[in-house]
Amino acid sequence: MPLLYQGSEWNFDKLKRVHDAVEEIALGEMGLDTYPIQVEVITAEQMLDAYASIGLPILYRHWSFGKRFARDETLYRKGYQGLAYEIVINSDPCICYVMEENSMTMQALVLAHAAYGHNHFFKNNHLFRQWTDASGILDYLAFARDYVANCEDRYGIDAVERVLDAAHALQTQGVNRYTRRQKRSLAEELARQKERRDYAESTWNPLWTTVPGIDVESQLSATEQPMLDEERIRSIELPEENLLYFLEKTSPSLRGWEREILRIVRMLAQYFYPQRQTKVMNEGCATFVHYKIMTRLHETGQIDDGSYLEFLHSHTSVVHQIDFTDKRYGGINPYALGFSVMRDIERICREPTDEDARWFPDFAGNGDPMGTLREVWADYRDESFLLQFLGPKVIRDFRMLRLRDASGEPYFEVTAIHDEQGYREVRAALAEEFDSGRLDPEIQVVDVDLLGDRRLTLEHRVHEGQRLERSSAGKTLHHIRTLWGYPVRLCEVDAATGDALPSGETELP
Amino acid sequence: MNIIDRRLNPKGKSLPNRQRLLRRVKAQVREAVAQSIAGRRIAEVDADKAVPVPVHGIAEPSFRKGSDGTREFVLPGNQKFVKGDRIAKPPSGGGQGREAADSGSGEDEFTFTLSRKEFLDIFFDDLELPDMVKRRLKESTATVPARAGYTVSGAPQALDVLRTMRNGLARRLALRRPRPDELAELESLAAEAEAAGDRATVARVAEQIEALRRRLRLIPWIDPVDVRFRRFEHRPVPIAQAVMFCLMDVSGSMNEHMKDLAKRFFMLLYLFLDRRYKAVDIVFIRHTHEAQEVDEETFFRSRETGGTVVSSALQVAIDIIDERYPVDAWNIYIAQASDGDNLTSDRGRVIDAMSNRLLQACQYFAYLEVDDPPADVWEGRSSSSELWRTYQELQRPGTPLALRRATAAAQIFGVFHELFSRDAVS
Repeated sequence: MPLLYQGSEWNFDKLKRVHDAVEEIALGEMGLDTYPIQVEVITAEQMLDAYASIGLPILYRHWSFGKRFARDETLYRKGYQGLAYEIVINSDPCICYVMEENSMTMQALVLAHAAYGHNHFFKNNHLFRQWTDASGILDYLAFARDYVANCEDRYGIDAVERVLDAAHALQTQGVNRYTRRQKRSLAEELARQKERRDYAESTWNPLWTTVPGIDVESQLSATEQPMLDEERIRSIELPEENLLYFLEKTSPSLRGWEREILRIVRMLAQYFYPQRQTKVMNEGCATFVHYKIMTRLHETGQIDDGSYLEFLHSHTSVVHQIDFTDKRYGGINPYALGFSVMRDIERICREPTDEDARWFPDFAGNGDPMGTLREVWADYRDESFLLQFLGPKVIRDFRMLRLRDASGEPYFEVTAIHDEQGYREVRAALAEEFDSGRLDPEIQVVDVDLLGDRRLTLEHRVHEGQRLERSSAGKTLHHIRTLWGYPVRLCEVDAATGDALPSGETELP
Repeated sequence: MNIIDRRLNPKGKSLPNRQRLLRRVKAQVREAVAQSIAGRRIAEVDADKAVPVPVHGIAEPSFRKGSDGTREFVLPGNQKFVKGDRIAKPPSGGGQGREAADSGSGEDEFTFTLSRKEFLDIFFDDLELPDMVKRRLKESTATVPARAGYTVSGAPQALDVLRTMRNGLARRLALRRPRPDELAELESLAAEAEAAGDRATVARVAEQIEALRRRLRLIPWIDPVDVRFRRFEHRPVPIAQAVMFCLMDVSGSMNEHMKDLAKRFFMLLYLFLDRRYKAVDIVFIRHTHEAQEVDEETFFRSRETGGTVVSSALQVAIDIIDERYPVDAWNIYIAQASDGDNLTSDRGRVIDAMSNRLLQACQYFAYLEVDDPPADVWEGRSSSSELWRTYQELQRPGTPLALRRATAAAQIFGVFHELFSRDAVS
């Protein structure tokens, strides 16, 4: 096939040609399924802008975004930090920002990576399907920006800032981890009512009508009265782990617009919740897709050797895993991990070894790597993905080891390495590291003293002695105090025994 | 696929966020600005130089786990360890370091730079010239065009389409200009009659058509009488005009350090006035035992020696006021810098010039006394400065006279700020 382009300069014509070639491979050969694509070309400065607003094209105004911008700008100007080649937004159509500084090969890579890899993942992964609304997000962002700006005009920047500061502090505690029970429809409600009435009728016994009636509540004993109060508390559905939701719905001191702002922050936190849980998979998927597509383009002679080498250079630096003994080590590289596991799945589908057949009997040697991968991309998140598909070969390639870090001991202990006894332990530990439920502290509203001083009680259930960072938690509690308007109390209890921990109680009157 | 070129979209999308950040860290920014001023040379005050602002206390708190407790984690790149090995923790609690980096608590402190405009904004924030009361139309004053109704003649770009069309419509209705569909109707009628061979009708209709055509020609769609233009009047804008007198002692008793302090003070003043008021005249007067009006360059740069007679400078100021700046038309401000030395015999003349003329004429008289560090010298000298005592005598409630002292470059900004702060002024 003829070359799509030559040299490093890009223009809109080339971009269009390359996109069409990439599309053919992605949709045809790989069977991807994507939202329509909108590519937007931006400058480095606009990229910094986009960074500041957490990658979103429209966002309300807040000083923390200014802070982020100032920091990124300083790092960028001093050369400590390069800029991303692209940003992609989970929306319908899928918006994909590309930088004007990129060479043509980089633009091709970006199209394959973001416009097809991430895009496919956004559209198909069950977390995104369940928790985000790609077609509505841009409208919602525009609404949020205008709403906050209106509030600033009407109530002053300070008043709005106070609420936003507090809401931002509770962002990680502002997501629903489980779907709520669906509200019953009117028809269902009526059906239930009828069922109850039928039951009452069928069991009606005239004998009971002869028993004199009593006022139940006034007859309650001293021990039973508290139980009634508990009943009332239950009506606001405690415990509740979505603190933002709880405050928005039940705080006695917030005004209507303040509740709406909490809701906006909560909606955004919920929108980003799937992304936090699928870093490895999302980047792995995009990296796998761009690798496949670029390689195919080269195989079919649509890009020349020079472009392919340029691509390999960026690709290998993206998927490079730095050893932990190196000074530059900054954690497991999600691109490298995701890409390696997915390549491993592809290998197992095609040429399984005996070991693979033992570990992955479901799909070893099934000869359909793309089908298998599409299922993986749709049905898993990082934690379950690693637990399910991280095989011994990748563990060996990465030469992983598991360390145990107990506070108070002057050493780390190696508890597992990449050997026959260690594979499963390493795999379980790594999966756990990517489980956001484990990383975030488990904090719930457990009690509201509705009949007394309206004190709100929060409980942090401490696992493995992992306490809260004290000063930050104290400040966050102040924010909750602001939103709740009445005293708040935070207790830390041991999750295993249920005992209160020493000096684990903070109260703000 | 759509490709959209966004490169030409407006920049600075996050500028409002930056302004909110500056608001948030205002105290720290001001401190940095004040410090930066203390360290700069005069000529650099206005220089286009970024001011680094170390920012702390804008942490974004959240509930996050600290470093206590037991946890397990996986690392890549094991070269030599086997199960059961122990690795010593780095001295500063290595586990914590990693955690801190992950949770982002290490990023609370960082430095960002202010642009020149932001710097000057903050530098002169809350400062105000006192008593800008007299407003007077100056001869060379600027005018702004203001809308003033409509006119029948004017430039094409001032054509008011809406008004013109409205007039045209009214005229066409009043004069019964035929509508195009009336003509079309008659024409189709003529064609019909022609086809039917009804000669009489054809002739009648042709006549009617001719009449309509003539009417259309005579009553145009738009007539010159319809046309209206927007009219603009050039209204003079009243501008508050002010004159600032800078008086400086350049006699032998003023050493380089003192002159430097005085220069810094006037420099700030100059920047301030230059930036805030468009129509401010500045008069530079320097004096030894005799005073003269000089230009800015000479005032700040040249050297002079001689005795000290303050009243000479005051007299020059009075003369200039009489000559060029009538009191009823100008707001007059006077700033004086001196080491406080004066001939004792001059005292009467100073009091006379001040109380009888200058204090009555001016809105504000700011006196800055400069001296060598260290500051504790003041304890012995404070009451003995001749000029200070003289001015103190003049200070009464309601008198627009302010006295300040400065001994080091770092104090200048504070003194300046005090003299012109909005509160002090009002």
